Amino acid sequence: MDRGKSGANFRDVNENPCNMCMPMGGILVLKGLEHCMVIIHGSQGCATYMRRHMAEHFNEPVDVASSSLNEKGTIYGGEQNLKKGLDNIIKAYQPKVIGILTTCLAETIGEDIGRISQEYLTERDYGDLTVITVNTPGYGGTHSEGYWLTLKKIVAKLARKTETHNKINVIVPNISPADIREIKRVLQLMQMEYILLPDFSDTMDRPYERPYKKMPEGGTKLADIAAMGGAVATIQLGLTVDDSMSPGKYLEKEFGVPLYNLPLPMGIENTDLFMNVLQELSGNPLPTCLEQERGRLLDCMIDSHKYNGQGRSVIYGEPENVYGVVKTCIENGIHPVVVATGSKNLKLAQLLDECLANAPIECTVLTETDFTTIRLKSRGKANIAIGSSDGKYLTEREGIPLVRYGFPILDRTGGQRLLSICYAGTTMFLDRVTNTLLENKHKNYRDSMYQMFYQGEQEGQELSTESCGEQHVMLMQSN
Amino acid sequence: MDVREAVLQDTVFQEREDSIITKGKQKKQLKCDTDSVAGCVSQRACVYCGARVVLNPVTDAIHLVHGPIGCASYTWDIRGSLSSGSDLYRNSFSTDLKEQDVIFGGEKKLARAIDELVEKHPAKVVFVYATCIVGVIGDDLEAVCKAAADKHQIEVIPVQSSGFAGNKSAGYRAACDALLRLIQRDNAKVAQKKNTLNYLGDFNLAGEVWIIKNYLKEIGVNVNVAFTGDSKYQALKNATHASVNIIQCAGSMIYMAERMKELYKIPYFNISFLGLQDTTASLRKIAVFFGDEDMMSQVEKLVQRETVRVEPELEWYRQRLQGKKAAIYVGGGFKAISLVKQFREIGIDVVMIGTQTGRKEEYETINDLVDDGTIILDDANPTELEKFMVDKGAHLLVGGVKERPLAYKLGVAFIDHNHDRKHPLSGFVGAVNLAKEVYTTLCSPVWKYV
Repeated sequence: MDRGKSGANFRDVNENPCNMCMPMGGILVLKGLEHCMVIIHGSQGCATYMRRHMAEHFNEPVDVASSSLNEKGTIYGGEQNLKKGLDNIIKAYQPKVIGILTTCLAETIGEDIGRISQEYLTERDYGDLTVITVNTPGYGGTHSEGYWLTLKKIVAKLARKTETHNKINVIVPNISPADIREIKRVLQLMQMEYILLPDFSDTMDRPYERPYKKMPEGGTKLADIAAMGGAVATIQLGLTVDDSMSPGKYLEKEFGVPLYNLPLPMGIENTDLFMNVLQELSGNPLPTCLEQERGRLLDCMIDSHKYNGQGRSVIYGEPENVYGVVKTCIENGIHPVVVATGSKNLKLAQLLDECLANAPIECTVLTETDFTTIRLKSRGKANIAIGSSDGKYLTEREGIPLVRYGFPILDRTGGQRLLSICYAGTTMFLDRVTNTLLENKHKNYRDSMYQMFYQGEQEGQELSTESCGEQHVMLMQSN
Repeated sequence: MDVREAVLQDTVFQEREDSIITKGKQKKQLKCDTDSVAGCVSQRACVYCGARVVLNPVTDAIHLVHGPIGCASYTWDIRGSLSSGSDLYRNSFSTDLKEQDVIFGGEKKLARAIDELVEKHPAKVVFVYATCIVGVIGDDLEAVCKAAADKHQIEVIPVQSSGFAGNKSAGYRAACDALLRLIQRDNAKVAQKKNTLNYLGDFNLAGEVWIIKNYLKEIGVNVNVAFTGDSKYQALKNATHASVNIIQCAGSMIYMAERMKELYKIPYFNISFLGLQDTTASLRKIAVFFGDEDMMSQVEKLVQRETVRVEPELEWYRQRLQGKKAAIYVGGGFKAISLVKQFREIGIDVVMIGTQTGRKEEYETINDLVDDGTIILDDANPTELEKFMVDKGAHLLVGGVKERPLAYKLGVAFIDHNHDRKHPLSGFVGAVNLAKEVYTTLCSPVWKYV
């Protein structure tokens, strides 16, 4: 396996980022708490840009406040701005919980949001208002690290040693609202009681209703988070997460809650793992409908296996999601040729080492990378890309069709409705991938066969040098 | 009860009292061009954003963001600015500052980044954008850029756009300052070509610069360079070769025009190619400026031909849209002003109008244009937008990406006037596109079910 130049920030320029910054991940998580309002301590643009990205992906209003630091606040400290910002969001939104995230700016000028928020609560006598602070400097990591760190801080702040109860904790990575709903459906089918964190399945994918509620219903309840310390077990879908940012690890260490750290249930093997743990914990067998869904997934895999056998994929995104997609590809005979993430993630690299060890085609693994590198490594090798909208250049410039998965999806509608996990979701995901391979094949095969084989009456016909995915597959097959 | 009183009762942002007025109810000036109020969930971005959106359409430049990754990530290719040549501008380059760089300073990394980019991409100019961090850690952007310029013998221009140093408007000025440095160095002033102008404040979204250039060509006017839609280094450098500057987006470019007037004695005037009425008036204004009889008759011919072409279409829409009420919340004042007129053309009244970065004069014009009772507001937020749209019974909102889901959740139609749209709204063709889009959303069957 070619490790590319992984594990190091190897250049001085990032050309077309394959990640966003820490506070973005923090917002996502906080939007999954019940009646939570978020304020970002920094200059106005950070909040606005992240709102824009999220509004476009989820097709939902995303209200995130900013302390709107100006020059004065930057020089003399932003405490007054933050307190005023808190006043205003409390008045306008009446939140039950407030998340405060920092930006590069606040971190660099050394703002102590923990102290400021404590002071604020005392001054205003808001004893019963929960405030969660997370330090998320933009230069401290990607949105993926921001996501997990915020989860851990929430758990560390709110979870208590309570009497044991019969619920299990389920901690999910950055998946779509539709995926979160799928997890909940499966848990209900397994007749399990659970505490799911974060749960932005309703808050970021709201049904149309009148009147409009600026604080949408849904999200994990604070009381439920408090009870996480007394749960039967924690299932954390975060195999690639570093222990220092792992909420599941924290619950295990502090309260002795057994941790099942599992991969995202995507693909047959990873979903089996998830279902097995659910069966073990609940003592219930898999209900018929889930068995049938597994059977349908197998049927789907058989239906599509020959088409998929021509797939050479480039897969990029957040580590946990990337691992799920890689496993799904491998199970279906789609060979990953480039696997990439903007995060620095050693666990992902190790996991990929294992599952790509016997791959017949060499795969380049890139961590802490950018899209220019991904493009270079994919050129002439991949005929399908799987990841966020930011990979659109792979199609535009390299002719590699893109199946949109993950976050953010900015140039298509319905990012919030994409279902891709467990048996039913994997089936839908796989159909999307296979059909994209087929579409590309059908679009190009007349031309590519002509280019490859038609000699005509005259001599000297040259093969096209266009790097077209389909032709490439044919060449590889003939090799 | 007065609408404004109601708002102050249930929406709380007392600091924003002076940023909202009801036409005909108050005599006072609208407060604008100030910092956003903390916690109000402003729809605005930052200084860096202002600079980035203005400069980014320069197609053959290297645009390097000196800062942490987010700033580059969130602004990568978000404009629909088209190019007739290079597409270097569609990349998002960043020094991707990390913790170590913040502690020890980012100057060396920046210098190496420029080296790396210049070696890889042939370009005559590099714009280096400062982000919040750069302002705080005190990297000497000027010095690094100067050294790099000397080393590579190309222009490396710092853009002083630290996010916290003002609002988006300050970013427009930072971008204009960067452009002025490009021009300033070209002291060899060439004789101005006949009937030649610079077109300021159009970013060639969906080919809008091309549409206007075609009109101008038809009436015998050359466009020396457009700022900055589909512009190139060399053309910008020769910006002094025009005899007049016309400005479309005044918010971003009035400063540029004023400075060019000071420095190079190039006069300027405002035009607008949004809507039938403004497009026609602007073409006439240009012909009058050049004082060319032949040009004037060409304008009339063009206007006559295009009006005959689009009027029946617009009439069809007008009949179906008559009496509907629109709310407007857009980035700049000029766009807002043109939209009021355009809505009139298709029979729609404006009941709420606001901008992120409108200027005093623009708000005065808006105030003159709209009917009594219209809400006018600066730097609004979702709470206020919701409140006024509902109170005033708006059927339609014009805005950008962040406003779209809010409108939809309120069951209100929406049209995009944002910078990543894929259809032109300029000129005669744009007037029809706007009407078509308004019709498509307002008269969609979906509203029957909500």
